[in-house]
Amino acid sequence: MSTGTTLGRLRRRRRRPSSGPASEARFALTLLLPAAVVVFGVVLYPVVRTFVVSLYDVNSPMAGAYPFVGLHNYVRVFSDSGFYPVLGHTLYFTLLSTFLELSLGIAVALLLNAPLKARWLWRSIVVLPWALPTIVNGALWRWIYNGQYGALNGLLDTLGISHTPHQWLGSPFLALNMVILADVWKNTSIVVFFILAGLQTIPDDVYEAARIDGAGAWRGFWRITLPLLAPSIAVVLILRTIEAFKVFDIIYVMTGGGPASGTQTIAFYTYLQAFSNQLFGYGAALAYLIVIAVFALAMVYLRILRQGRMAGVQ
Amino acid sequence: MRPSRRFLIGIHVAAVVMALVILAPFAWLIISSISPSRELLSPHPHWIPSHPTLERYRQIFGGSGADNVAANFRLAMGNSLIVATLTTLISLAVGTVGGYAFARLRFPLRRTSLFAFLAIYMLPPIALVIPLYLALANLGLLDTKTGLVVTYCSIVTPFCLWTMSNYYLSMPPDLEEAARVDGCTRLGALVRVILPLARPGLLTTGMFGFLLAWDEFLYALIFTSTTNAKTIPVAIAEFTGKYSSDFGLIAAGGVLAAVPPLILALLFQRYIVGGLTSGAVKG
Repeated sequence: MSTGTTLGRLRRRRRRPSSGPASEARFALTLLLPAAVVVFGVVLYPVVRTFVVSLYDVNSPMAGAYPFVGLHNYVRVFSDSGFYPVLGHTLYFTLLSTFLELSLGIAVALLLNAPLKARWLWRSIVVLPWALPTIVNGALWRWIYNGQYGALNGLLDTLGISHTPHQWLGSPFLALNMVILADVWKNTSIVVFFILAGLQTIPDDVYEAARIDGAGAWRGFWRITLPLLAPSIAVVLILRTIEAFKVFDIIYVMTGGGPASGTQTIAFYTYLQAFSNQLFGYGAALAYLIVIAVFALAMVYLRILRQGRMAGVQ
Repeated sequence: MRPSRRFLIGIHVAAVVMALVILAPFAWLIISSISPSRELLSPHPHWIPSHPTLERYRQIFGGSGADNVAANFRLAMGNSLIVATLTTLISLAVGTVGGYAFARLRFPLRRTSLFAFLAIYMLPPIALVIPLYLALANLGLLDTKTGLVVTYCSIVTPFCLWTMSNYYLSMPPDLEEAARVDGCTRLGALVRVILPLARPGLLTTGMFGFLLAWDEFLYALIFTSTTNAKTIPVAIAEFTGKYSSDFGLIAAGGVLAAVPPLILALLFQRYIVGGLTSGAVKG
């Protein structure tokens, strides 16, 4: 047996596998084929099908002859008076949650990078909200915000800050802000780890040099740390923006889009149009608009990655 | 230059405040799961339960029957474990092999195909869910774990491809060259030299993949309808909608749903920074 393997190895050594571009491409195809089947085998049909549906006035899940309407569903989005408030909520959610997550995330990352005792302990604590499933997070905060029995009212009462119970999810704008807070509590975590990864690439002597130049901690942060963190910040900014733009799960479990549609985001609105109103053609068009927005953001993301890599080489 | 004492005290105080903000909601989730309903539904909160009870966990693990809502959580946990594990294993296998091609081989349309995979990863599920639903219905895969695994692999595989290919790029290429000089085929070098060395990358990617699958909600919501395939996020969301006042049971279900991902995240905590740098920042 062992002789056989050795012989095989010797034979192979004599006939070195050809390493021309054609054999390399063939090998690459072999390696990629399973992944391609697993991914595109599932996704290709729905991607095309959704686009086709978006060109028809499909208003039931049944197969049938629906009128072809061209780009009418897309045009209709912009004359739909229900769409603009939804777009507004989505942009507000995206901007505020990303801003809060980024500023808190940078602060916590700086803290974790400081000479703390038992650093592993603090890092382990920060990881926890990230690992908590989104739906559990939503259900938990919905309970904390509960107007009658919720812990938030209870806390304000215990601390003597406010004794009248607040309906945190009871009015549209307040509810939107409270959902954003719940999202920020969970997702700041991942931002911290991105920024921490960026901080660890900044060599200590940069700070030494700044200290010799007499720059204080505050100026050092604005003049040195922040600019050097720019690539990490850009990456996390866009990833979080994409996620916030697609936000659905936490809305579904916390408010169901209410009250008075005040927490409906684009993804949620699309879901309602397709599944509650059976407007599949219109829903598909909305979905494709989300796809376009997400891809536009992704292109910016890839461009920054490429620039970051070039900067790294130089 | 050693940091001043005042600075050290300051950062430790800040760290304690941060820990409180993070841990308090977790503590409340656990406390709610062991507080009797009477205490949960009192006008003034009982921060420490005066009569703690494990009754809800007993219902979840001991109850049986399809109408038993507590037992549904246990069945959903089982579904989630099976679906997330299978998804991770399949995606990791095909992603590990495919990622190597992107990292080390030259072939036509290399960049285009990498972008195609990444684009799939970025697609919002809402854009695919209707035709996928109809396709699964035609194949008889609605409300089955197989249907979910097939769907989830299409999301988790691009992620594994991307992070594994970045992990290979961070490894020195002379390893394979040495192996090939020694007479290994390309495949032999990959299996015998690269994969054993890529173990940390494999484990971290697997953890991220598992969390992705565990957390998925929209597909599971639309594709499943019974305890045959319903996952734990769907079970919790449904229960929250139907019996919003029984938060004790929701909390117990939430604690259970949180345990597997929390354990994984804590185990792999020290790899997360490295995984993120190779996976996203370096590109």
